[in-house]
Amino acid sequence: MSPTEAPVVNPDQSRPRRVSHARDFGRGFFVKLALVALIDALGVYIAMTSFAQGSMGVFWGMVVALVAVNWVYFTKRALPMKYLMPGLVFLLVYQIFTMGYTAYVAFTNYGDGHNSTKAHAVDALLIQNEKRVEGSAAYPLAVVADGEELGFAILDGATVRVGTAEVPLYPDVNAVVEDGVIRSVPGFEVLSRQEILQRQNEVTSLRVPVSEDAEAGSIRTQDARQGYVYRSILVFDESRDTMINLETGVEYTPNDRGQFESADGERLAVGWRVNVGLENFTAAFSDARYATPFFKVLVWTFVFAILSVVITFFFGLFLAVVLNDERLWFRRLMRSLLILPYAFPAFMSFLLWRGMLNKDFGFINTVLLGGAQINWLSDPWFSKIAVLVVQLWVGFPYMFLICTGALQAIPQDVLEAARIDGAGRFRVWRSITLPLLLVAVAPLLISSFAFNFNNFNIIEMVTEGNPRFPDASVPVGATDILITMVYSISGLDGGAAKNYGLASALSIVIFLVVATISVISFRKTKALEEIH
Amino acid sequence: MATTSVQSPRRMSAGRWFSELGWRYVVGALAIVYAAFPIVYVVSASLATRGRLQGSNQLFATVSSTNYEALSGTRFWQWVVNTLVIASITAVATVIMGAAAAYAFSRFRFKGRRVALASLLVIQMFPQLLAFVAVFLLLLTLGEVVPALGLNSRLALIMVYLGGALGVNTFLMYGFFNTIPQEIDEAAKIDGASHAQIFWTIILRLVAPILAVVALLSFISSFSDFLLAKLILQSEQNWTLAVGMYQWVSNQTDANWGLFAAGAVVSAIPVVALFLFLQKYIVGGLTAGSVK
Repeated sequence: MSPTEAPVVNPDQSRPRRVSHARDFGRGFFVKLALVALIDALGVYIAMTSFAQGSMGVFWGMVVALVAVNWVYFTKRALPMKYLMPGLVFLLVYQIFTMGYTAYVAFTNYGDGHNSTKAHAVDALLIQNEKRVEGSAAYPLAVVADGEELGFAILDGATVRVGTAEVPLYPDVNAVVEDGVIRSVPGFEVLSRQEILQRQNEVTSLRVPVSEDAEAGSIRTQDARQGYVYRSILVFDESRDTMINLETGVEYTPNDRGQFESADGERLAVGWRVNVGLENFTAAFSDARYATPFFKVLVWTFVFAILSVVITFFFGLFLAVVLNDERLWFRRLMRSLLILPYAFPAFMSFLLWRGMLNKDFGFINTVLLGGAQINWLSDPWFSKIAVLVVQLWVGFPYMFLICTGALQAIPQDVLEAARIDGAGRFRVWRSITLPLLLVAVAPLLISSFAFNFNNFNIIEMVTEGNPRFPDASVPVGATDILITMVYSISGLDGGAAKNYGLASALSIVIFLVVATISVISFRKTKALEEIH
Repeated sequence: MATTSVQSPRRMSAGRWFSELGWRYVVGALAIVYAAFPIVYVVSASLATRGRLQGSNQLFATVSSTNYEALSGTRFWQWVVNTLVIASITAVATVIMGAAAAYAFSRFRFKGRRVALASLLVIQMFPQLLAFVAVFLLLLTLGEVVPALGLNSRLALIMVYLGGALGVNTFLMYGFFNTIPQEIDEAAKIDGASHAQIFWTIILRLVAPILAVVALLSFISSFSDFLLAKLILQSEQNWTLAVGMYQWVSNQTDANWGLFAAGAVVSAIPVVALFLFLQKYIVGGLTAGSVK
């Protein structure tokens, strides 16, 4: 992965091979040199930072990318690569890598409770299970800051000890104490109550180790006046790969679900991500908690995508046919007015309709329907109708335009020939106009279907998938389509526990559906073209 | 369909006119009312004094600029700037990278060319949108190393958009590049031009129309992207219009309605004007594969 080269400008200015070296160092060469140098500088910086932080994936990705960029732009070979490189880098990182990563995550239990590696899970467990050491002393405490970094200074008898999250407590003889309150500590600024209040969360979560020995525990505070020694009641025995509860003596060993589990089945809250095989896929189809809403959503997704295309297409076609008469005045003006909904930014249309469909104060209920109380956004059936109503308004101008275009492109002589052969109006329309029109617009209808299959914006902006299924344990509702369901299940909207694994598995299912449709339609449109 | 039972010649011509043309005007007028009423409504709501949903139903009952003035008390203009910056940079970079790739595919014959073209077709089928979980996790990791490339960074969002630059647009451009005769390149080559000179100074000018189309498509798609922008841009000052206005309407639709209406009108006017102005080209470009 190498996210950083942003060669917005293709830096390649090198000369073809046949030209002599003497001409190689023109203006273009120096432009290229400067750009590649800039990319190298940024890349080396990122590689070094990631190495220092132990992000080896980013580090190796960066190294590979840098070698590739320098080789491509300074070799005399690889001419096409000089042009493909910039786009390819972005494609590899943000599309191909993420596709691969989606596939990987789909086979894990990545999500809340299984967020990271085992080492991180062990650390988190140790911190979360810290308790104040029974009967330990209360130390008068001051919160100190070195720039942005916070620390504690405690009064241990007559000595002042200072430390931060990174530096364990050490005695400082130069600190000033008045009446049992620490007034100043060299190298630190003692924070006032006001400043402490502003950074309350940081202060209460700060842990300053008592000594280099992690077992000794650390100083924490709840009120920023008194500090206590906290120690974890869990201990991790690395040699036996076991977590031990010091209070109860219970031992927890890792299970294959990525959690520590005791002999009688009790599990510790924080786990790590492990491969769970096909479990996410089987959950989506056979676990009743997911399978029932999933099938409802799947059906509605198809209904929504098909109806979206059908209603907008027929309305657009109808208008195109009606207004496609050369004797009509103001045809251009009418067309300009009719495509207003298409010109209006789509996401604003969705939000606008959401307000207009409001049950109590919306324009539709209060004015158009004379004070009706229709639950457009929270009744399972009306909300579906509402989404389609919005879709019709947003989508018909596009269909109107392409149908108008296709109608005008039909050669007049064919129609005339049919009429001379004695075909009636309807016959001409059904046997000549419609087939020719369909050939022209079929690929667009299919891409419109594929687009609406994943039309996240309309659902999320008009109904947010509501109303929720009353019986589902996942936050999914009557108007959710697959992509918004994946969004809810991923938990990234903050509505539910995060479940990246299941969300990724479902994205793969969507991909399979869309890909199948694309392949079939590809063949069908070819077949359609062969007819003519 | 034409009515036949008519008595006088004068009535006949009127009846005839209606059955042939007149009803078309009626249908057209009804359709225009349907198409325009939400827009008339939003303009009226933006001019209402109270700025609440319930007070906006009487069209043009009051006319005042309160809501427009209130916009400056919000982050609205910051969102406008963010949206324009993000969408413009994405559009320019997409055009340059897509054109470079299309040039390579169209003008060079190299090993793996057909495979690469075919793989682009396949990749195109997997919308970036579907990988949003992975994009999120990737940025989480990158952000720990370089915050500018991680979550809540506008630069990171642009880079994510650029990930889709090749897949979507290369084919569109590739087809157009192929229509520019090779002889032009060859003549320039004989005159001593390098491949870079040919690309930057000759080809790019000849393919300008497709560059404009791709730039417009890219601009529209990042302008209206909601999912990725919402996921990546977390703090309010980094939001784009889509994220910010969604937030207005989804929290307290009623109270923010005036603000939303005014914001929608302000940001839609340039778009609608541009659209109507470029109508001819956009209608022509529709068949090239833009879908809204």
